[in-house]
Amino acid sequence: MALPGQNAPDRAVDPSDPVPDRIHARPVPRPGRWISAVVLLVLAAMAVHGLVTNEKFRWDVVWLYLRDVNVVRGVGWTLLLTFGSMVIAIVLAVGLAVMRRSDNPVMKSVSWTYIWFFRGTPIYTQLVFWGLLAVLYPRLSLGVPFGPEFFEFRTQDVITAFWAALFGLALNEAAYLAEIVRAGLGSVDPGQSEAARALGMKDRKILTRIVLPQAMRVIVPPTGNETISMLKTTSLVLAVPFTLDLTYATNAIGNRTFLPIPLLMVAAFWYLLITSILMVGQYYIERYYGRGFGDQSSGPRRRKGGPGGRRRGKPSRQDLIAASGTTKDDPFLEVTP
Amino acid sequence: MSGTTDTEPMVQVEGLHKMFGDLHVLKGVDLEVPRGSVCVVLGPSGSGKSTLLRCVNELEEITGGRIRVDGELMGYREVTKNGRTVLHRLHPKVVARQRARIGMVFQRFNLFPHMTALENVMEAPVQVLGVPKAQARTRAAELLERVGLADRAGHYPAQLSGGQQQRVAIARALAMDPELMLFDEPTSALDPELVGEVLSVMRDLARSGMTMMVVTHEIGFAREVADAVVFMDEGVIVEEGPPEQVLGDPQHERTKSFLAHVL
Repeated sequence: MALPGQNAPDRAVDPSDPVPDRIHARPVPRPGRWISAVVLLVLAAMAVHGLVTNEKFRWDVVWLYLRDVNVVRGVGWTLLLTFGSMVIAIVLAVGLAVMRRSDNPVMKSVSWTYIWFFRGTPIYTQLVFWGLLAVLYPRLSLGVPFGPEFFEFRTQDVITAFWAALFGLALNEAAYLAEIVRAGLGSVDPGQSEAARALGMKDRKILTRIVLPQAMRVIVPPTGNETISMLKTTSLVLAVPFTLDLTYATNAIGNRTFLPIPLLMVAAFWYLLITSILMVGQYYIERYYGRGFGDQSSGPRRRKGGPGGRRRGKPSRQDLIAASGTTKDDPFLEVTP
Repeated sequence: MSGTTDTEPMVQVEGLHKMFGDLHVLKGVDLEVPRGSVCVVLGPSGSGKSTLLRCVNELEEITGGRIRVDGELMGYREVTKNGRTVLHRLHPKVVARQRARIGMVFQRFNLFPHMTALENVMEAPVQVLGVPKAQARTRAAELLERVGLADRAGHYPAQLSGGQQQRVAIARALAMDPELMLFDEPTSALDPELVGEVLSVMRDLARSGMTMMVVTHEIGFAREVADAVVFMDEGVIVEEGPPEQVLGDPQHERTKSFLAHVL
Protein backbone atom coordinates (compact mmCIF):
# COMPACT_ATOMS: atom_id res chain seq x y z
CA MET A 1 0.00 0.00 0.00
CA ALA A 2 2.91 2.33 0.76
CA LEU A 3 3.19 5.06 -1.80
CA PRO A 4 6.56 6.39 -2.79
CA GLY A 5 7.66 9.32 -0.69
CA GLN A 6 5.46 8.36 2.23
CA ASN A 7 7.82 5.93 3.88
CA ALA A 8 9.28 7.20 7.11
CA PRO A 9 12.95 6.99 6.01
CA ASP A 10 12.23 9.10 2.93
CA ARG A 11 10.77 11.98 4.92
CA ALA A 12 13.14 14.87 5.49
CA VAL A 13 13.75 15.32 9.21
CA ASP A 14 13.50 18.92 10.27
CA PRO A 15 16.52 19.52 12.50
CA SER A 16 14.81 22.42 14.29
CA ASP A 17 11.91 20.20 15.38
CA PRO A 18 12.17 19.64 19.14
CA VAL A 19 10.35 16.33 18.77
CA PRO A 20 12.90 13.85 17.35
CA ASP A 21 10.44 11.31 15.98
CA ARG A 22 7.34 13.36 15.35
CA ILE A 23 4.30 11.22 14.59
CA HIS A 24 2.75 11.72 11.17
CA ALA A 25 0.04 9.11 11.43
CA ARG A 26 -2.72 8.72 8.86
CA PRO A 27 -6.13 9.61 10.26
CA VAL A 28 -8.72 6.91 10.84
CA PRO A 29 -10.60 6.47 7.54
CA ARG A 30 -14.14 7.82 7.73
CA PRO A 31 -15.82 6.69 4.50
CA GLY A 32 -19.24 7.18 6.10
CA ARG A 33 -18.71 10.92 6.16
CA TRP A 34 -17.97 11.08 2.46
CA ILE A 35 -20.89 8.89 1.55
CA SER A 36 -23.34 10.81 3.72
CA ALA A 37 -22.02 14.13 2.39
CA VAL A 38 -22.56 13.00 -1.18
CA VAL A 39 -26.06 11.69 -0.40
CA LEU A 40 -26.98 14.96 1.28
CA LEU A 41 -25.58 17.01 -1.59
CA VAL A 42 -27.71 15.05 -4.02
CA LEU A 43 -30.79 15.53 -1.84
CA ALA A 44 -30.04 19.24 -1.55
CA ALA A 45 -29.65 19.52 -5.31
CA MET A 46 -33.00 17.80 -5.72
CA ALA A 47 -34.63 20.20 -3.28
CA VAL A 48 -33.16 23.25 -5.02
CA HIS A 49 -34.18 21.85 -8.37
CA GLY A 50 -37.69 21.30 -7.08
CA LEU A 51 -37.88 24.87 -5.87
CA VAL A 52 -36.29 26.61 -8.84
CA THR A 53 -37.99 24.76 -11.64
CA ASN A 54 -41.46 24.76 -10.09
CA GLU A 55 -43.29 27.54 -11.88
CA LYS A 56 -45.90 27.83 -9.14
CA PHE A 57 -43.33 29.59 -7.00
CA ARG A 58 -43.20 32.39 -9.57
CA TRP A 59 -39.63 33.46 -8.89
CA ASP A 60 -40.05 36.43 -11.17
CA VAL A 61 -42.77 37.74 -8.83
CA VAL A 62 -40.65 36.93 -5.76
CA TRP A 63 -37.75 38.88 -7.22
CA LEU A 64 -40.03 41.78 -8.13
CA TYR A 65 -41.63 42.13 -4.69
CA LEU A 66 -38.47 41.41 -2.72
CA ARG A 67 -37.53 45.03 -3.37
CA ASP A 68 -41.04 46.44 -3.31
CA VAL A 69 -41.38 49.71 -1.41
CA ASN A 70 -44.13 48.38 0.84
CA VAL A 71 -42.19 45.21 1.60
CA VAL A 72 -38.98 47.04 2.46
CA ARG A 73 -40.97 49.47 4.58
CA GLY A 74 -42.57 46.46 6.27
CA VAL A 75 -39.09 45.14 7.03
CA GLY A 76 -38.28 48.49 8.64
CA TRP A 77 -41.39 48.43 10.84
CA THR A 78 -40.78 44.81 11.80
CA LEU A 79 -37.21 45.64 12.80
CA LEU A 80 -38.40 48.67 14.76
CA LEU A 81 -41.01 46.58 16.59
CA THR A 82 -38.53 43.78 17.27
CA PHE A 83 -35.72 45.91 18.64
CA GLY A 84 -37.96 48.46 20.32
CA SER A 85 -39.94 45.84 22.18
CA MET A 86 -36.83 43.83 23.07
CA VAL A 87 -35.09 46.89 24.53
CA ILE A 88 -38.12 47.78 26.64
CA ALA A 89 -38.55 44.13 27.62
CA ILE A 90 -34.91 43.73 28.69
CA VAL A 91 -35.06 46.80 30.91
CA LEU A 92 -38.32 45.61 32.46
CA ALA A 93 -37.01 42.05 32.80
CA VAL A 94 -33.89 43.06 34.72
CA GLY A 95 -36.10 45.06 37.07
CA LEU A 96 -38.52 42.17 37.49
CA ALA A 97 -35.73 39.64 38.06
CA VAL A 98 -34.08 41.83 40.68
CA MET A 99 -37.44 42.36 42.39
CA ARG A 100 -38.11 38.64 42.33
CA ARG A 101 -34.78 37.96 44.05
CA SER A 102 -35.05 40.75 46.61
CA ASP A 103 -36.04 40.07 50.19
CA ASN A 104 -38.72 42.73 50.01
CA PRO A 105 -42.04 40.77 50.04
CA VAL A 106 -43.92 43.56 48.24
CA MET A 107 -41.50 43.63 45.31
CA LYS A 108 -41.35 39.86 45.19
CA SER A 109 -45.10 39.45 44.89
CA VAL A 110 -45.44 42.26 42.33
CA SER A 111 -42.86 40.56 40.16
CA TRP A 112 -44.39 37.14 40.64
CA THR A 113 -47.87 38.40 39.74
CA TYR A 114 -46.62 40.20 36.65
CA ILE A 115 -44.84 37.13 35.35
CA TRP A 116 -47.79 34.92 36.22
CA PHE A 117 -50.23 37.10 34.29
CA PHE A 118 -48.21 38.03 31.20
CA ARG A 119 -46.80 34.55 30.71
CA GLY A 120 -50.11 32.92 31.44
CA THR A 121 -52.27 34.70 28.84
CA PRO A 122 -51.82 34.41 25.07
CA ILE A 123 -49.85 37.16 23.36
CA TYR A 124 -52.57 37.40 20.71
CA THR A 125 -55.20 38.13 23.35
CA GLN A 126 -52.93 40.69 24.96
CA LEU A 127 -52.39 42.46 21.65
CA VAL A 128 -56.15 42.52 20.94
CA PHE A 129 -56.65 43.94 24.41
CA TRP A 130 -54.09 46.73 23.92
CA GLY A 131 -55.73 47.54 20.60
CA LEU A 132 -59.13 47.71 22.29
CA LEU A 133 -57.86 49.87 25.13
CA ALA A 134 -59.22 53.00 23.49
CA VAL A 135 -62.64 51.36 23.28
CA LEU A 136 -62.59 49.99 26.81
CA TYR A 137 -61.21 53.16 28.36
CA PRO A 138 -61.88 56.06 25.97
CA ARG A 139 -60.42 58.57 28.40
CA LEU A 140 -57.47 58.02 30.70
CA SER A 141 -56.90 60.33 33.60
CA LEU A 142 -54.49 60.64 36.45
CA GLY A 143 -55.84 61.48 39.85
CA VAL A 144 -56.84 60.17 43.26
CA PRO A 145 -59.16 57.14 43.02
CA PHE A 146 -62.75 58.34 43.65
CA GLY A 147 -61.23 61.81 44.18
CA PRO A 148 -60.10 64.70 42.02
CA GLU A 149 -58.39 64.21 38.66
CA PHE A 150 -55.21 66.07 37.78
CA PHE A 151 -55.29 65.64 34.01
CA GLU A 152 -56.88 63.42 31.45
CA PHE A 153 -56.45 62.58 27.79
CA ARG A 154 -58.18 60.68 25.06
CA THR A 155 -56.75 57.17 24.89
CA GLN A 156 -56.71 56.94 21.13
CA ASP A 157 -54.61 60.10 20.87
CA VAL A 158 -51.85 58.66 23.01
CA ILE A 159 -51.96 54.93 22.46
CA THR A 160 -51.86 54.60 18.71
CA ALA A 161 -51.70 51.24 16.97
CA PHE A 162 -47.91 51.38 16.87
CA TRP A 163 -47.48 52.07 20.57
CA ALA A 164 -50.07 49.46 21.47
CA ALA A 165 -48.21 46.91 19.35
CA LEU A 166 -44.81 47.91 20.72
CA PHE A 167 -45.81 47.81 24.36
CA GLY A 168 -48.05 44.80 23.89
CA LEU A 169 -45.07 42.82 22.60
CA ALA A 170 -42.67 44.30 25.16
CA LEU A 171 -44.82 43.68 28.24
CA ASN A 172 -45.37 40.08 27.23
CA GLU A 173 -41.74 39.46 26.39
CA ALA A 174 -40.56 41.00 29.67
CA ALA A 175 -42.25 38.21 31.59
CA TYR A 176 -40.30 35.55 29.72
CA LEU A 177 -37.03 37.46 29.81
CA ALA A 178 -37.40 38.09 33.54
CA GLU A 179 -37.14 34.36 34.13
CA ILE A 180 -34.09 34.16 31.87
CA VAL A 181 -32.43 37.04 33.73
CA ARG A 182 -33.34 35.45 37.06
CA ALA A 183 -31.68 32.21 36.02
CA GLY A 184 -28.64 34.20 34.89
CA LEU A 185 -28.33 36.08 38.16
CA GLY A 186 -28.68 32.81 40.03
CA SER A 187 -25.87 31.25 38.03
CA VAL A 188 -23.25 33.64 39.39
CA ASP A 189 -21.15 32.24 42.24
CA PRO A 190 -22.37 33.80 45.51
CA GLY A 191 -18.69 34.29 46.40
CA GLN A 192 -18.65 37.06 43.81
CA SER A 193 -21.16 39.31 45.52
CA GLU A 194 -19.60 38.39 48.84
CA ALA A 195 -16.18 39.55 47.68
CA ALA A 196 -17.74 42.75 46.33
CA ARG A 197 -19.55 43.32 49.61
CA ALA A 198 -16.33 42.78 51.54
CA LEU A 199 -14.80 45.54 49.43
CA GLY A 200 -17.55 47.90 50.58
CA MET A 201 -19.60 47.95 47.37
CA LYS A 202 -23.28 48.71 47.68
CA ASP A 203 -26.01 46.39 46.36
CA ARG A 204 -26.66 48.41 43.21
CA LYS A 205 -22.99 48.53 42.28
CA ILE A 206 -22.60 44.82 43.02
CA LEU A 207 -25.47 44.11 40.64
CA THR A 208 -24.36 46.35 37.79
CA ARG A 209 -20.60 45.89 38.03
CA ILE A 210 -20.12 42.34 39.27
CA VAL A 211 -23.17 40.08 39.05
CA LEU A 212 -24.96 41.24 35.89
CA PRO A 213 -21.86 41.23 33.63
CA GLN A 214 -21.19 37.63 34.67
CA ALA A 215 -24.84 36.65 34.39
CA MET A 216 -24.83 37.96 30.80
CA ARG A 217 -22.91 34.87 29.76
CA VAL A 218 -25.96 32.82 30.70
CA ILE A 219 -28.54 35.44 29.68
CA VAL A 220 -27.35 36.24 26.14
CA PRO A 221 -27.94 32.91 24.32
CA PRO A 222 -31.60 32.51 25.34
CA THR A 223 -32.14 36.25 24.82
CA GLY A 224 -30.84 35.89 21.26
CA ASN A 225 -33.32 33.09 20.89
CA GLU A 226 -36.10 35.33 22.21
CA THR A 227 -35.08 38.13 19.82
CA ILE A 228 -35.33 35.81 16.84
CA SER A 229 -38.63 34.53 18.15
CA MET A 230 -39.80 38.13 18.62
CA LEU A 231 -38.92 38.94 15.02
CA LYS A 232 -41.61 36.53 13.94
CA THR A 233 -44.02 37.24 16.78
CA THR A 234 -44.27 40.78 15.39
CA SER A 235 -46.39 39.24 12.62
CA LEU A 236 -49.17 38.97 15.23
CA VAL A 237 -49.52 42.73 15.54
CA LEU A 238 -52.37 42.63 13.05
CA ALA A 239 -54.37 41.72 16.17
CA VAL A 240 -53.99 45.31 17.40
CA PRO A 241 -54.43 46.01 14.42
CA PHE A 242 -51.11 47.40 13.25
CA THR A 243 -50.85 46.91 9.53
CA LEU A 244 -47.41 48.00 8.37
CA ASP A 245 -45.23 45.08 9.40
CA LEU A 246 -43.61 42.64 6.98
CA THR A 247 -46.13 39.81 7.23
CA TYR A 248 -49.14 42.10 6.83
CA ALA A 249 -47.49 43.96 3.94
CA THR A 250 -46.68 40.78 2.00
CA ASN A 251 -50.04 39.20 2.76
CA ALA A 252 -51.80 42.32 1.53
CA ILE A 253 -49.88 42.23 -1.76
CA GLY A 254 -50.42 38.49 -2.04
CA ASN A 255 -54.16 38.85 -1.62
CA ARG A 256 -54.38 41.77 -4.00
CA THR A 257 -52.40 40.05 -6.77
CA PHE A 258 -53.84 36.57 -6.11
CA LEU A 259 -50.23 35.35 -5.73
CA PRO A 260 -49.99 34.40 -2.04
CA ILE A 261 -47.21 31.85 -2.40
CA PRO A 262 -44.52 34.06 -3.99
CA LEU A 263 -45.27 36.72 -1.39
CA LEU A 264 -44.91 34.20 1.43
CA MET A 265 -41.52 33.38 -0.07
CA VAL A 266 -40.66 37.08 -0.01
CA ALA A 267 -41.55 37.33 3.68
CA ALA A 268 -39.69 34.11 4.49
CA PHE A 269 -36.61 35.40 2.69
CA TRP A 270 -36.55 38.62 4.69
CA TYR A 271 -37.13 36.89 8.02
CA LEU A 272 -34.34 34.45 7.23
CA LEU A 273 -31.97 37.25 6.24
CA ILE A 274 -32.63 39.26 9.42
CA THR A 275 -32.29 36.13 11.56
CA SER A 276 -28.92 35.40 9.95
CA ILE A 277 -27.70 38.92 10.76
CA LEU A 278 -28.99 38.58 14.33
CA MET A 279 -27.07 35.33 14.74
CA VAL A 280 -23.83 37.04 13.72
CA GLY A 281 -24.53 39.79 16.26
CA GLN A 282 -25.24 37.22 18.94
CA TYR A 283 -21.90 35.54 18.27
CA TYR A 284 -20.03 38.76 18.98
CA ILE A 285 -22.09 39.60 22.07
CA GLU A 286 -21.47 36.11 23.45
CA ARG A 287 -17.78 36.46 22.80
CA TYR A 288 -17.69 39.80 24.61
CA TYR A 289 -19.40 38.48 27.74
CA GLY A 290 -17.42 35.26 27.62
CA ARG A 291 -14.17 37.12 28.24
CA GLY A 292 -12.24 35.78 31.17
CA PHE A 293 -14.28 32.57 31.23
CA GLY A 294 -11.87 30.17 29.67
CA ASP A 295 -12.67 31.50 26.21
CA GLN A 296 -9.09 32.34 25.38
CA SER A 297 -9.70 33.43 21.80
CA SER A 298 -9.36 37.08 22.77
CA GLY A 299 -6.29 36.54 24.94
CA PRO A 300 -5.25 38.79 27.79
CA ARG A 301 -6.23 42.33 27.15
CA ARG A 302 -3.39 44.63 26.24
CA ARG A 303 -3.63 48.18 27.39
CA LYS A 304 -1.61 50.81 25.65
CA GLY A 305 1.07 52.15 27.98
CA GLY A 306 -0.26 50.00 30.80
CA PRO A 307 1.90 47.51 32.61
CA GLY A 308 1.84 43.83 31.82
CA GLY A 309 0.01 42.38 28.88
CA ARG A 310 1.16 39.51 26.76
CA ARG A 311 4.29 39.58 24.74
CA ARG A 312 3.32 39.87 21.10
CA GLY A 313 3.01 36.61 19.26
CA LYS A 314 3.81 34.45 22.24
CA PRO A 315 0.69 32.95 23.75
CA SER A 316 0.92 31.88 27.36
CA ARG A 317 1.04 28.26 28.41
CA GLN A 318 -2.48 28.43 29.78
CA ASP A 319 -3.73 29.93 26.49
CA LEU A 320 -2.30 27.05 24.52
CA ILE A 321 -3.63 24.41 26.89
CA ALA A 322 -7.06 26.03 26.80
CA ALA A 323 -6.95 26.35 23.01
CA SER A 324 -6.41 22.63 22.67
CA GLY A 325 -9.90 22.15 24.06
CA THR A 326 -9.00 19.06 26.01
CA THR A 327 -9.36 20.64 29.45
CA LYS A 328 -12.42 21.91 31.24
CA ASP A 329 -13.25 25.62 31.23
CA ASP A 330 -12.70 25.84 34.94
CA PRO A 331 -11.02 28.88 36.50
CA PHE A 332 -10.13 26.73 39.50
CA LEU A 333 -8.37 24.14 37.43
CA GLU A 334 -5.17 24.30 39.45
CA VAL A 335 -7.05 24.15 42.69
CA THR A 336 -7.34 21.05 44.79
CA PRO A 337 -9.86 21.89 47.49
CA MET B 1 -15.89 57.66 64.50
CA SER B 2 -15.56 57.33 68.21
CA GLY B 3 -12.50 58.62 69.96
CA THR B 4 -9.76 56.14 69.31
CA THR B 5 -6.41 55.87 70.93
CA ASP B 6 -3.37 53.97 69.83
CA THR B 7 -3.58 51.66 72.81
CA GLU B 8 -7.11 50.60 72.00
CA PRO B 9 -7.23 47.22 70.22
CA MET B 10 -8.08 47.21 66.52
CA VAL B 11 -10.59 44.40 66.95
CA GLN B 12 -12.64 43.82 70.09
CA VAL B 13 -15.01 40.87 70.16
CA GLU B 14 -17.22 40.54 73.23
CA GLY B 15 -19.50 37.60 73.99
CA LEU B 16 -20.03 36.84 70.30
CA HIS B 17 -22.73 34.31 69.51
CA LYS B 18 -23.76 33.20 66.07
CA MET B 19 -26.55 30.80 65.22
CA PHE B 20 -27.47 29.49 61.80
CA GLY B 21 -31.04 28.50 62.48
CA ASP B 22 -30.73 25.99 65.31
CA LEU B 23 -27.03 25.47 64.76
CA HIS B 24 -25.02 27.24 67.44
CA VAL B 25 -21.73 27.98 65.72
CA LEU B 26 -20.16 30.58 67.98
CA LYS B 27 -20.88 30.21 71.67
CA GLY B 28 -19.51 33.29 73.36
CA VAL B 29 -16.23 34.39 71.83
CA ASP B 30 -14.14 37.12 73.44
CA LEU B 31 -11.08 38.29 71.59
CA GLU B 32 -8.88 41.34 71.25
CA VAL B 33 -6.48 41.99 68.40
CA PRO B 34 -4.06 44.84 69.14
CA ARG B 35 -3.12 47.33 66.44
CA GLY B 36 -0.37 46.17 64.12
CA SER B 37 -0.46 42.62 65.40
CA VAL B 38 -1.10 39.35 63.64
CA CYS B 39 -3.65 37.01 65.16
CA VAL B 40 -3.72 33.48 63.76
CA VAL B 41 -6.87 31.49 64.42
CA LEU B 42 -6.44 27.72 64.42
CA GLY B 43 -8.90 24.94 64.93
CA PRO B 44 -10.51 21.90 63.37
CA SER B 45 -13.07 22.43 60.61
CA GLY B 46 -16.46 23.27 62.01
CA SER B 47 -14.93 25.02 65.00
CA GLY B 48 -16.34 28.38 63.89
CA LYS B 49 -13.12 30.13 62.97
CA SER B 50 -14.23 31.17 59.50
CA THR B 51 -17.58 32.28 60.89
CA LEU B 52 -15.76 34.45 63.43
CA LEU B 53 -13.87 36.16 60.62
CA ARG B 54 -17.01 36.64 58.56
CA CYS B 55 -18.79 38.15 61.55
CA VAL B 56 -16.01 40.71 61.98
CA ASN B 57 -16.62 41.80 58.39
CA GLU B 58 -20.43 41.70 58.82
CA LEU B 59 -20.77 39.11 56.08
CA GLU B 60 -22.77 37.23 58.71
CA GLU B 61 -25.34 38.90 60.93
CA ILE B 62 -24.33 38.20 64.52
CA THR B 63 -26.85 36.71 66.94
CA GLY B 64 -25.42 38.09 70.17
CA GLY B 65 -22.53 40.09 71.53
CA ARG B 66 -20.60 43.06 70.19
CA ILE B 67 -17.84 43.50 67.65
CA ARG B 68 -15.84 46.70 67.55
CA VAL B 69 -13.29 47.53 64.91
CA ASP B 70 -11.14 50.58 65.57
CA GLY B 71 -13.47 51.36 68.46
CA GLU B 72 -16.54 51.48 66.21
CA LEU B 73 -19.43 49.11 66.87
CA MET B 74 -20.00 47.02 63.75
CA GLY B 75 -23.43 46.78 62.18
CA TYR B 76 -25.40 48.44 64.97
CA ARG B 77 -25.92 51.72 66.73
CA GLU B 78 -26.45 51.79 70.49
CA VAL B 79 -29.25 54.11 71.54
CA THR B 80 -29.74 54.72 75.24
CA LYS B 81 -33.25 55.71 76.17
CA ASN B 82 -34.51 55.97 79.76
CA GLY B 83 -31.47 54.10 80.96
CA ARG B 84 -32.09 51.20 78.55
CA THR B 85 -29.76 50.49 75.68
CA VAL B 86 -31.41 49.48 72.45
CA LEU B 87 -29.59 48.38 69.30
CA HIS B 88 -30.58 49.84 65.95
CA ARG B 89 -29.48 48.09 62.80
CA LEU B 90 -27.28 50.34 60.68
CA HIS B 91 -28.35 51.29 57.16
CA PRO B 92 -26.69 49.08 54.50
CA LYS B 93 -24.85 52.16 53.20
CA VAL B 94 -23.17 52.65 56.58
CA VAL B 95 -22.40 48.95 56.84
CA ALA B 96 -20.79 49.09 53.39
CA ARG B 97 -18.63 51.99 54.58
CA GLN B 98 -17.57 49.98 57.63
CA ARG B 99 -16.68 47.01 55.45
CA ALA B 100 -14.66 49.17 53.09
CA ARG B 101 -12.11 49.70 55.87
CA ILE B 102 -11.58 45.96 56.30
CA GLY B 103 -9.83 43.91 53.65
CA MET B 104 -10.83 40.29 53.19
CA VAL B 105 -9.12 37.45 51.37
CA PHE B 106 -11.15 34.33 50.65
CA GLN B 107 -10.24 30.69 50.42
CA ARG B 108 -11.45 30.52 46.82
CA PHE B 109 -10.02 33.93 45.86
CA ASN B 110 -13.34 35.19 44.46
CA LEU B 111 -11.63 37.38 41.89
CA PHE B 112 -14.00 38.96 39.40
CA PRO B 113 -13.52 36.65 36.39
CA HIS B 114 -14.71 39.20 33.82
CA MET B 115 -12.02 41.70 34.76
CA THR B 116 -8.26 41.58 34.29
CA ALA B 117 -5.99 41.45 37.32
CA LEU B 118 -5.46 45.20 37.07
CA GLU B 119 -9.19 45.89 36.76
CA ASN B 120 -9.88 43.67 39.75
CA VAL B 121 -7.57 45.78 41.88
CA MET B 122 -8.92 49.08 40.48
CA GLU B 123 -12.59 48.20 40.88
CA ALA B 124 -13.27 49.04 44.52
CA PRO B 125 -11.24 52.27 44.76
CA VAL B 126 -13.00 53.61 41.65
CA GLN B 127 -16.50 52.36 42.45
CA VAL B 128 -16.53 52.78 46.23
CA LEU B 129 -14.11 55.59 47.00
CA GLY B 130 -14.52 57.48 43.73
CA VAL B 131 -10.81 57.57 43.03
CA PRO B 132 -10.09 58.84 39.48
CA LYS B 133 -9.38 55.96 37.11
CA ALA B 134 -5.88 57.04 36.12
CA GLN B 135 -4.85 57.35 39.74
CA ALA B 136 -6.43 54.00 40.64
CA ARG B 137 -4.62 52.37 37.73
CA THR B 138 -1.24 53.65 38.87
CA ARG B 139 -1.90 52.49 42.40
CA ALA B 140 -3.19 49.11 41.23
CA ALA B 141 -0.03 48.61 39.16
CA GLU B 142 2.06 49.42 42.24
CA LEU B 143 0.12 46.91 44.33
CA LEU B 144 0.46 44.20 41.70
CA GLU B 145 4.17 44.88 41.69
CA ARG B 146 4.21 44.57 45.47
CA VAL B 147 2.70 41.09 45.24
CA GLY B 148 5.10 40.22 42.42
CA LEU B 149 2.59 40.22 39.57
CA ALA B 150 3.44 43.37 37.61
CA ASP B 151 3.73 41.28 34.44
CA ARG B 152 0.29 39.72 34.89
CA ALA B 153 -1.75 42.92 35.06
CA GLY B 154 -3.51 42.28 31.74
CA HIS B 155 -4.40 38.67 32.46
CA TYR B 156 -7.83 37.42 33.39
CA PRO B 157 -8.10 35.34 36.58
CA ALA B 158 -8.67 32.17 34.54
CA GLN B 159 -5.24 32.69 32.99
CA LEU B 160 -3.49 32.82 36.38
CA SER B 161 -2.42 30.03 38.69
CA GLY B 162 -4.12 29.69 42.06
CA GLY B 163 -1.22 31.31 43.87
CA GLN B 164 -1.21 34.21 41.44
CA GLN B 165 -4.96 34.63 41.80
CA GLN B 166 -4.68 34.75 45.56
CA ARG B 167 -1.94 37.36 45.37
CA VAL B 168 -4.15 39.48 43.09
CA ALA B 169 -6.91 39.06 45.67
CA ILE B 170 -4.56 40.37 48.36
CA ALA B 171 -3.63 43.34 46.16
CA ARG B 172 -7.34 43.96 45.54
CA ALA B 173 -8.01 44.10 49.28
CA LEU B 174 -5.00 46.35 49.88
CA ALA B 175 -6.20 48.80 47.24
CA MET B 176 -8.82 50.02 49.73
CA ASP B 177 -6.08 50.94 52.24
CA PRO B 178 -7.68 48.80 54.93
CA GLU B 179 -6.79 49.16 58.57
CA LEU B 180 -7.45 45.47 59.12
CA MET B 181 -6.95 42.46 56.87
CA LEU B 182 -8.89 39.22 57.28
CA PHE B 183 -7.58 36.03 55.67
CA ASP B 184 -10.01 33.13 55.51
CA GLU B 185 -7.90 30.03 54.83
CA PRO B 186 -6.01 31.84 52.07
CA THR B 187 -3.85 28.85 51.12
CA SER B 188 -6.27 25.96 51.61
CA ALA B 189 -7.34 25.90 47.96
CA LEU B 190 -3.81 25.97 46.61
CA ASP B 191 -1.50 23.29 45.32
CA PRO B 192 1.28 22.73 47.85
CA GLU B 193 3.99 24.31 45.73
CA LEU B 194 1.96 27.52 45.38
CA VAL B 195 1.37 28.04 49.10
CA GLY B 196 4.78 29.57 49.70
CA GLU B 197 4.33 32.54 47.35
CA VAL B 198 1.09 33.57 49.06
CA LEU B 199 2.52 33.17 52.56
CA SER B 200 5.54 35.24 51.61
CA VAL B 201 3.28 38.12 50.51
CA MET B 202 1.39 37.82 53.80
CA ARG B 203 4.64 37.79 55.75
CA ASP B 204 5.74 41.04 54.08
CA LEU B 205 2.38 42.53 54.85
CA ALA B 206 2.67 41.59 58.52
CA ARG B 207 6.14 43.14 58.64
CA SER B 208 4.78 46.39 57.23
CA GLY B 209 2.65 46.71 60.37
CA MET B 210 -0.75 45.65 59.04
CA THR B 211 -3.22 44.34 61.61
CA MET B 212 -4.18 40.87 60.45
CA MET B 213 -6.54 38.08 61.47
CA VAL B 214 -5.61 34.86 59.72
CA VAL B 215 -7.56 31.61 59.73
CA THR B 216 -5.17 28.96 58.48
CA HIS B 217 -3.75 25.51 58.91
CA GLU B 218 -0.19 26.68 58.21
CA ILE B 219 1.36 26.11 61.62
CA GLY B 220 4.78 27.19 60.35
CA PHE B 221 3.37 30.55 59.32
CA ALA B 222 1.65 30.93 62.68
CA ARG B 223 4.85 30.18 64.55
CA GLU B 224 6.90 32.61 62.50
CA VAL B 225 4.56 35.54 61.94
CA ALA B 226 1.81 35.47 64.57
CA ASP B 227 1.88 37.70 67.64
CA ALA B 228 -0.98 35.71 69.09
CA VAL B 229 -2.42 32.31 68.30
CA VAL B 230 -6.02 31.48 69.09
CA PHE B 231 -7.19 27.88 69.14
CA MET B 232 -10.91 27.38 68.66
CA ASP B 233 -13.05 24.30 69.01
CA GLU B 234 -16.82 23.87 68.93
CA GLY B 235 -17.52 27.58 68.84
CA VAL B 236 -15.37 28.70 71.76
CA ILE B 237 -11.79 29.81 72.19
CA VAL B 238 -10.05 26.95 73.96
CA GLU B 239 -6.64 28.48 74.27
CA GLU B 240 -4.87 31.66 73.26
CA GLY B 241 -1.47 33.22 73.71
CA PRO B 242 1.85 33.80 71.99
CA PRO B 243 2.68 31.14 69.38
CA GLU B 244 5.54 29.59 71.32
CA GLN B 245 3.14 28.97 74.20
CA VAL B 246 0.07 27.71 72.32
CA LEU B 247 2.02 25.79 69.69
CA GLY B 248 5.01 24.81 71.78
CA ASP B 249 3.41 24.04 75.09
CA PRO B 250 -0.35 23.61 74.65
CA GLN B 251 -2.27 23.22 77.89
CA HIS B 252 -5.52 21.77 76.64
CA GLU B 253 -6.09 18.23 75.49
CA ARG B 254 -7.97 19.38 72.40
CA THR B 255 -5.17 21.73 71.35
CA LYS B 256 -2.64 18.98 71.85
CA SER B 257 -4.53 16.44 69.78
CA PHE B 258 -5.22 18.98 67.01
CA LEU B 259 -1.57 19.98 66.78
CA ALA B 260 -0.54 16.34 66.81
CA HIS B 261 -2.72 15.80 63.76
CA VAL B 262 -1.62 18.90 61.87
CA LEU B 263 2.10 18.88 62.53
